[in-house]
Amino acid sequence: MDIEKSDSFLITDCGSTTTKAILILKKEGSYRLIDRGEAPTTVEAPFDDVTVGVITAVTELQEITGRTLLDGNKIICPKRGPDEGVDLFLSTSSAGGGLQMCVAGVIKTMTAESAERAALGAGAIVIDVLAVDDGRKEYERIERIRHLRPDMFLLAGGTDGGTKTHLADLAATLLAADTKPRFGVGYQLPVIYAGNVDAREAVHDIIGAKMAVQDVANIRPRLEEENLGPAREAIHDVFLEHVMQQAPGYSKLMGWVSGEIMPTPMAVGRAVQTFADDEKANVLAVDIGGATTDIFSVFGDARTGEQVFNRTVSANYGMSYSICNVLKEAGIANVAKWVPFEIDEPHLRNMLRNKMIRPTTIPSSLSDLLIEQAISREALRLSLDHHKLLAVGLKGVQQQRSVSDAFAQTDSGGTLVNLMDLDWVIGSGGVLSHAPSRTQAAWMMLDGFQPQGVTHLAVDSIFMMPQIGILSELHPAAASEVFRRDCLIVLGSAVAAVGHAKKDGAPCLTLNLSTSDGRTISETVNYGQMRLIPLALGQTAQGTISPAKHFDIGSGPGRTREVKLRGGVVGLIIDCRGIPRRLPEADGTRRSKLNEWAEALGLPRVE
Amino acid sequence: MGTAYTPGLTVTSNTIVRKTRKLPIKGTVLVNVGDRVEPDSTVARADLPGDLDQIKVAHMLGANPAEVPGKMLFKLGDRVEQGQVIARTTYFFGWFKSEAKAPSTGTIEYISDVSGNVGVRLPPRPVELTAYVQGTVVEVIPDEGVVIETPAALVQGIFGIGGEREGRLHVMPEPDRTIEERDITKELAGRIIIGRRLITGAALRRAGQTGVVGVVVGGIVDKELVDLLGYEIGVAITGDEQVGVTLVLTEGFGEIEMAHKTFELLRSLEGRDGSINGATQIRAGVIRPEVIVPHPGSASDATVAVGGGELKIGSHIRVIREPNFGHLGTVTALPHELVLIETGAKVRVLRADLDSGEAVVVPRANVELL
Repeated sequence: MDIEKSDSFLITDCGSTTTKAILILKKEGSYRLIDRGEAPTTVEAPFDDVTVGVITAVTELQEITGRTLLDGNKIICPKRGPDEGVDLFLSTSSAGGGLQMCVAGVIKTMTAESAERAALGAGAIVIDVLAVDDGRKEYERIERIRHLRPDMFLLAGGTDGGTKTHLADLAATLLAADTKPRFGVGYQLPVIYAGNVDAREAVHDIIGAKMAVQDVANIRPRLEEENLGPAREAIHDVFLEHVMQQAPGYSKLMGWVSGEIMPTPMAVGRAVQTFADDEKANVLAVDIGGATTDIFSVFGDARTGEQVFNRTVSANYGMSYSICNVLKEAGIANVAKWVPFEIDEPHLRNMLRNKMIRPTTIPSSLSDLLIEQAISREALRLSLDHHKLLAVGLKGVQQQRSVSDAFAQTDSGGTLVNLMDLDWVIGSGGVLSHAPSRTQAAWMMLDGFQPQGVTHLAVDSIFMMPQIGILSELHPAAASEVFRRDCLIVLGSAVAAVGHAKKDGAPCLTLNLSTSDGRTISETVNYGQMRLIPLALGQTAQGTISPAKHFDIGSGPGRTREVKLRGGVVGLIIDCRGIPRRLPEADGTRRSKLNEWAEALGLPRVE
Repeated sequence: MGTAYTPGLTVTSNTIVRKTRKLPIKGTVLVNVGDRVEPDSTVARADLPGDLDQIKVAHMLGANPAEVPGKMLFKLGDRVEQGQVIARTTYFFGWFKSEAKAPSTGTIEYISDVSGNVGVRLPPRPVELTAYVQGTVVEVIPDEGVVIETPAALVQGIFGIGGEREGRLHVMPEPDRTIEERDITKELAGRIIIGRRLITGAALRRAGQTGVVGVVVGGIVDKELVDLLGYEIGVAITGDEQVGVTLVLTEGFGEIEMAHKTFELLRSLEGRDGSINGATQIRAGVIRPEVIVPHPGSASDATVAVGGGELKIGSHIRVIREPNFGHLGTVTALPHELVLIETGAKVRVLRADLDSGEAVVVPRANVELL
């Protein structure tokens, strides 16, 4: 069929917790989201078949929309009539534990890091990064690989024409581990070799008989060049051929869909990249799920002048399966500090554990909701810290410096994530997309990421970025239209001051703005305060913001900045709590402050 | 409204339990279809590959890596003994020589002319697979393992720690009371003890020291479990804990009572031998902890029990999130429309009459079928 002429799309995303189905139809000349259905993912007993959850979610969608999508337990595709079936059925997936990979390179901060970026960009969970200089002994690496049992291995290292010896050593390590994939006894471990082309023969000689080695172009052919595309494509192909085939019910689902099943993170990455390209903006996006939190960023690299896409997956930071790992890494005090009411530690811990063991439950009381939102702030913070470590320029590359660069003292390989240069933050995932109030989503992102200066905030309306990403592969026009009209909910701009005053109540920011609906905003917001200024979706506010002496919003400490702010479903948020964020240490004062900020944002107090 | 499925755990007095027992790598199956096996019977055996010793031959000989193959005294696949010279070079008209010796006994697995290293694979290590449950072998998976079948009572828990063990079931004398340290006596060695409510961390520690095989209770306070383990459980992948005892929680963390049905079943099994495993994995490919008590005879009327299923009016449920966490009830309505709840969210709910007599509205996501 002619895909361009398609006017009906059913797209599912099989997450580790929930399977979401959306219906997109062309109506009166434009593509629109019609509705969504969801159901628990069914890759575990007693179902052991992902398609059960898919059919349940589609059944719900069918009942809500009134369009016939199923014939018994079969999706009607291609469509049989104007209101029966769809032109395309697509699916993304992160169920089945995702794609778990080990990567290896010669130098930890160079080829190994490039290998990690290649795997992450392909939607994998990187369970370990090995390098000749990773500080571990040979036997420790071998034991580690044996223990982890990755689905796939990416072996890289050396520039073309460079070292061969180290690659032979790494291959020998892999041989020594003699690991088997998690699924399928007798199946050879897939190894993608993306290192020095001159070492291919040596690598095949060592592991070729025992592992399924596939050669692709070197990911770092020269020191100053990173070529991740071929390795990413090879990873994706093996993911489809191997991991997907093994997960319960996936071979059936693969027979139903109109294209290939795409890993969910890869699909979200496509959506984020497309948006950053269209807006010509620096973008930070998050997908906070039950088991993992993915961060995507597109930032300009000052060295090359190019926009660089990065994705990281924090495999054990999430809101259900991994909620206790957030507790473990952040510590109970860091979680409890965001809770605006008194709660004893054992009770809080039990609540989080019970969420971990029954991951599909949802908060039904306000206090329960605020506890989940407290932990989400820490999950976001930890995941961004992780992302900053990997979203870096190429290391080991000599830079030509001007006099001003020399004063700036920047090294090669510094993080690309500069929160003062950030234009957009987009939140996705249940805790953000399904927050009962969009203001709560904005607040969680402000605390978790602490964007600096002026940043536009948005959320994925119903957590449909994966579906938009996969649709953009086949029908970019429909994907783009639905993304802007139905997926991206602009919350509004936030202005956050960097710095601190000695005490609460000191002047922090003075605003002189004119709004597109003819209002004038002239006011000063003090240190320790938050202020919500109404500015509706589609409206703008232009003018100046002048920070007090110790505060910076992007023009330098105490320097006035010309701004153009966007309205949204929340409005303008003026955040004068100071960055880096410090909460009062005394419990009573801290709770009182949290409630004061909630009230300033129009949210209920809980004391 | 489409079918509403809920998760659920299997608790049944009579089912056919099938356990697939597989080696980590290919090996030899030692039993045949129809054989009766006990929990400690070895059903399959395999040899795990030995470690690989990497010998820096080029370095030891002072030779270029490319010269190493020509200096070798053995070829690929040859067995070498510890201390045996495996490569030699001579120089200065043969007056001097350098040698490389095998540091251990094994088989030559690779000779690299790139790194100049030689790999010697050490002898394999045997690994044995036990039956874990008493039963009959109903299928042999060639070179991999077996499927063992037994008519049995099965109780799946929600979370556990510790691995596979077997012992005799013993209900504590005052099952409605928290199991304290003083309750763990040496007479309980070899037993799987059952309490209806909590066990303290100190009691669990004592149980491990006293030789108690397993503990099955409604809940435990998380802080006490963490103190006992000495570390936080980040993600729920358990089974390898070294605390000397296997723990199965039927309900969860905190003050929560074991469901009546579960407790009555376990009580009816007192004095019988069973297998217990605390291994839990709450992710895709979920693994729940379990207690399996095989029936002595055949159970032709047994069926394969399936937990979870479809929510209907009249379904018996348990609330699995606060408020009313742990309470039991009966579904009275499954409204189609979304309902606004206290958090401000609109969600699908059900109405239920709790056993306490209270009528409640609960998000459907927050119940499990009994």
